Amino acid sequence: MQNVVEIEGVNKIYEGGFQALHDVNLNIRKGEIFALLGPNGAGKTTLIGSICGITDATSGSIRICGHDNRKEFRKARAKLGLVPQELTTNAFESVNATVKFSRGVFGKPANQELIDQILTDLSLIDKKNNPMMTLSGGMKRRVMIAKALSHEPEVLFLDEPTAGVDVELRKDMWRLVHKLRENGVTIILTTHYIEEAEEMADRVGVITGGKLLVVEEKQALMQKMGKKQMILTLERDLDEIPERLKKYNLEQRGCELIFNYDVKDNSKGVQELVRDLNEANIQFHDLSTKQSSLEEIFVEMVKGS
Amino acid sequence: MNLTSIKTIYLFEMDRTRRTLTQSIASPVLSTALYFVVFGSAIGSRIDNIDGVSYGAFIVPGLIMLSVLQQSISNASFGIYFPKFTGTIYELLSAPISYVEIVIGFVGAAATKSLILGLLILLTAFCFVDLQIQSPFLMLLFLVLTATTFSLFGFIIGIWADGFEKLQIIPLLVVTPLAFLGGSFYSIKMLPPFWQKVSMLNPVVYLISGFRWSFFGEGDVSLGVSLVMVAVFLAVCLFVVRWIFKSGYKLKP
Repeated sequence: MQNVVEIEGVNKIYEGGFQALHDVNLNIRKGEIFALLGPNGAGKTTLIGSICGITDATSGSIRICGHDNRKEFRKARAKLGLVPQELTTNAFESVNATVKFSRGVFGKPANQELIDQILTDLSLIDKKNNPMMTLSGGMKRRVMIAKALSHEPEVLFLDEPTAGVDVELRKDMWRLVHKLRENGVTIILTTHYIEEAEEMADRVGVITGGKLLVVEEKQALMQKMGKKQMILTLERDLDEIPERLKKYNLEQRGCELIFNYDVKDNSKGVQELVRDLNEANIQFHDLSTKQSSLEEIFVEMVKGS
Repeated sequence: MNLTSIKTIYLFEMDRTRRTLTQSIASPVLSTALYFVVFGSAIGSRIDNIDGVSYGAFIVPGLIMLSVLQQSISNASFGIYFPKFTGTIYELLSAPISYVEIVIGFVGAAATKSLILGLLILLTAFCFVDLQIQSPFLMLLFLVLTATTFSLFGFIIGIWADGFEKLQIIPLLVVTPLAFLGGSFYSIKMLPPFWQKVSMLNPVVYLISGFRWSFFGEGDVSLGVSLVMVAVFLAVCLFVVRWIFKSGYKLKP
């Protein structure tokens, strides 16, 4: 598959000596939604900033659609759209003026029809002539997206797009991201809401302390790192786990018996366990299963690093 | 050269002037008109002619320069400081444009505003004093050069400043005294010899002198020296701006 962003051995050391990125290697494939997960201060924004030209990487190379982002910055940056984390707007400008400015500054000829379409898609068209300062936080966030879309990027960076956004707007944002992907835009989003990555991403990268710990297909990651548990609520407490059940990976918590099994094994062990429980005459009156979420995987991974 | 980007930045900045017309144009024109009333008409009538020029007419080039200097610095420094302050600078840094285009857009707009202002003050002056311009072309050249150079200087201040106080400090504590002591209201020749020599260290002397030369064919220093000094200052500013963008000083973390 064609890579639209190729990052090789990127390090970033800030003036004070703080190393924000450690030897980051990452390829982003054309047309995918890639979620960069990490706690606050993990290096997500620095990585995006290094790709987009907000900051310069100390070493390493970054190519966008084959163009070096420093030597061929015009060609490279023309492909990119960036929605930064912070709501940075010109308070006195109208929505339309600020979106038009973005298109112009990227060297694209004026196209009011396109801008109107983007504003309509983002439910901003009725605010078109309102000054930015009269807009709510959620509306400003939409304007930030409209600005990035105004110059028709091939790769869109959304840095914490739903931070501080209400549930309805978050869902709207998700719909928009899917729609953009259908139109062929590659999307890279950073988030610390794992739910968001779980809902949207094709692939997930986990970054912490400036190091990219893992990059994996979302499903594969959940399968590989995920745990599956079957929880049996017993009729009465067990004094101890009978000998014949010791071969299973069991935990006992009061009258709950928890069976940990591998997702890849699927239900292979489950049947046998139920049969063995019957034979040992252990009765249970409830049974549930639980699969670890991306969040649990993430927390474990970041803790482990 | 990305002309669309330059035009976009230029028009965006010019639009800011339209919105703040009173602050950008009306107030400097009014304050200069007050100078003409006070120094030109009221007090000026009691002051002798300088080099055969009435005092009211003599201060016109100095007053125009004073405003052009101050407004160029203030327009350009605010123009680039504001996106830094609000954070919208991210868009300029991530756009496919070079620093040359950013500078042309911002400095071009700031210089245009100062130029318009300078011409408006000149028009105002015609209402108060009897004035003739000996070399209109040279006058325009000086105005354009000064507006451009000091807009570049303002641009540098805007990048250097990391607070509103720093934005004001150089124009207030350095430029205004230099402009007042640079012969806006008097001829350097009126000073004792020692202070005449000290004044020669003031770069504004050369600007005002050259500009005054274009009006009256007379100045404190020769026209050539004035032109060279403006060119040197312009070159220094260009060099600093180039260094800022190459090094990312105060622009890129």
